[in-house]
Amino acid sequence: MTATTSLPALRSVAEEAHAAPQPVEIQPIEIRTRSLSLSYGRKPALLDVSLDVPRHQITALIGPSGCGKSSFLSSLNRLSDLLPNCRVAGEIRIGKTDVLDPATDVVALRRRVGMIFQKPNPFPLSIRRNLELPLKEHGVRQRSELDAIVERTLTEVGLWPEVQDRLDRSALTLSGGQQQRLCLARALALEPEVILLDEPCSALDPISSGVVEDLIASLRGRYTVVIVTHNLAQARRIADRVAFFWLRDGAGRLIEEGPVDAVFDRPRDELTAAYVRGSRG
Amino acid sequence: MDEPIAWAALSAGRSRASGRGIVGRSADRLAAVIVWMTAAAVSAVFLWLLSDLVRHGAGQLSWAFLVDPPSNAGRAGGIGPIVQSTAWILMIALGVALPIGLGTAVLLAENTSSETLSGRLVRRSLDVLAGVPSIVFGLFGNAFFCVYLGLGFSILSGGLTLACMVLPILIRSTEEGLRAVPTEYRLGGAALGLGRLTILTRLLLPAATPGLVAGVVLGFGRAIAETAALIFTSGYVDRRPESVFDSGRALSIHIYDLAINIPGGELNAYATALVLVMILIITNSTASWLGGRLHAQHLLS
Repeated sequence: MTATTSLPALRSVAEEAHAAPQPVEIQPIEIRTRSLSLSYGRKPALLDVSLDVPRHQITALIGPSGCGKSSFLSSLNRLSDLLPNCRVAGEIRIGKTDVLDPATDVVALRRRVGMIFQKPNPFPLSIRRNLELPLKEHGVRQRSELDAIVERTLTEVGLWPEVQDRLDRSALTLSGGQQQRLCLARALALEPEVILLDEPCSALDPISSGVVEDLIASLRGRYTVVIVTHNLAQARRIADRVAFFWLRDGAGRLIEEGPVDAVFDRPRDELTAAYVRGSRG
Repeated sequence: MDEPIAWAALSAGRSRASGRGIVGRSADRLAAVIVWMTAAAVSAVFLWLLSDLVRHGAGQLSWAFLVDPPSNAGRAGGIGPIVQSTAWILMIALGVALPIGLGTAVLLAENTSSETLSGRLVRRSLDVLAGVPSIVFGLFGNAFFCVYLGLGFSILSGGLTLACMVLPILIRSTEEGLRAVPTEYRLGGAALGLGRLTILTRLLLPAATPGLVAGVVLGFGRAIAETAALIFTSGYVDRRPESVFDSGRALSIHIYDLAINIPGGELNAYATALVLVMILIITNSTASWLGGRLHAQHLLS
């Protein structure tokens, strides 16, 4: 029974691989959305989005403002629950978890699916407490373990040499770029599998932006990354796959999706071609 | 072709602008003078009041005045029992109002959107309640606590009545404090899988401390200065209270009584008023200092 049902799926994956012009590394799908729609009150923000995000790759969501990219992102960790009048319909699966099932433990979900916002949002606590608060919430209480995680994650985002002697100073004394890296460290400390980034560089100066971008690129292979960006050059530099969203009839839709080179160099859709050329949007 | 016109427009604009500039500058100066004068007037009233109190009342002040019971209807002796009654009334008022106020403020700020009918209704009624004359609270307190609940003229009745009176101030001020906390903390906390209680106690309430402290200071000030509401509820027996079920005289009532009903009580009325104002100044500065420290400490440890 299982063998017969899995056979066609295998064949279709093989066919896709065969049809692709370049050798494609086949990755298992980590996030799968089907007919995902999202609305604020009566106003639709996102309509009928079906997208597969492969495991441990970087998927960039591009498109003009207001076409539902951030809404899409916030539905993946159910942060949409907190947005006023926000309703989500359709299906989202991350791994084996049915995200939109009301019975899903959102706290556990959000631990596995970290999120970084456009504006760095460290809590008005010390650098150390910023990292420890979520860890303690998730049951890490031993001092030695906490210290080890703090050092490991701050090292991972390259912040350790800069802050190791002022861990007890307010996180708000850090620069914008440092704050954003702290937020990333805070998310990484929970050992998530998926990291969602909502325009993480757009509020930063070019140098900080470059540092954070390199950091995001370094997440490939270890985390499944979905990043919203308005910076096409950035998408091209760091993404494995690109999904292009566009506003049509008042609602955001997924127009085209594929490997980064395919979307940028051989787009199938007219809109995508115009957008990546810079003549639309 | 276009150029002369453009230049003309530009120079006309400039002359208009500079013409307005001179007027604007003197208007600015005038505005600054008026603002400074109003500020100075406010400070002058306060200083005049304080110096008047000090001039007439300071001579009476001594340790004995603060602890001794009044004698000869308050013309002689001290205000010991009255200070004690006042402290008890205030402790009851704030002890009851603080937890209820905090809970209501959290509910209003975090669980009801400001647009819903119930949210608007609660807020509007709180605002109206905050402006209700204290004599009305006094009559309500008398009818409800003294008569209906059978607490009689007592410190408990007075404290509970004052609690009702300061609740609206406390709630609205704390609510505003909570609303002023950036949404990013809520979203950021939730995105890290923090529970609502953790977000509230670790992030929102510490950040809202200034609002809470302002509410407490305002509420305390209104409560300690209250006279009308207490005449009908805690009464004006000037004996030392033995329990909260005894009637007790508050400082403000003592001042009122000495100034209006007791010929020859003026000096002690002045001294009592000075004590009252000093308590107010001391508690206000302590509260803001403590609030600032708590705020900083909690957020940084």
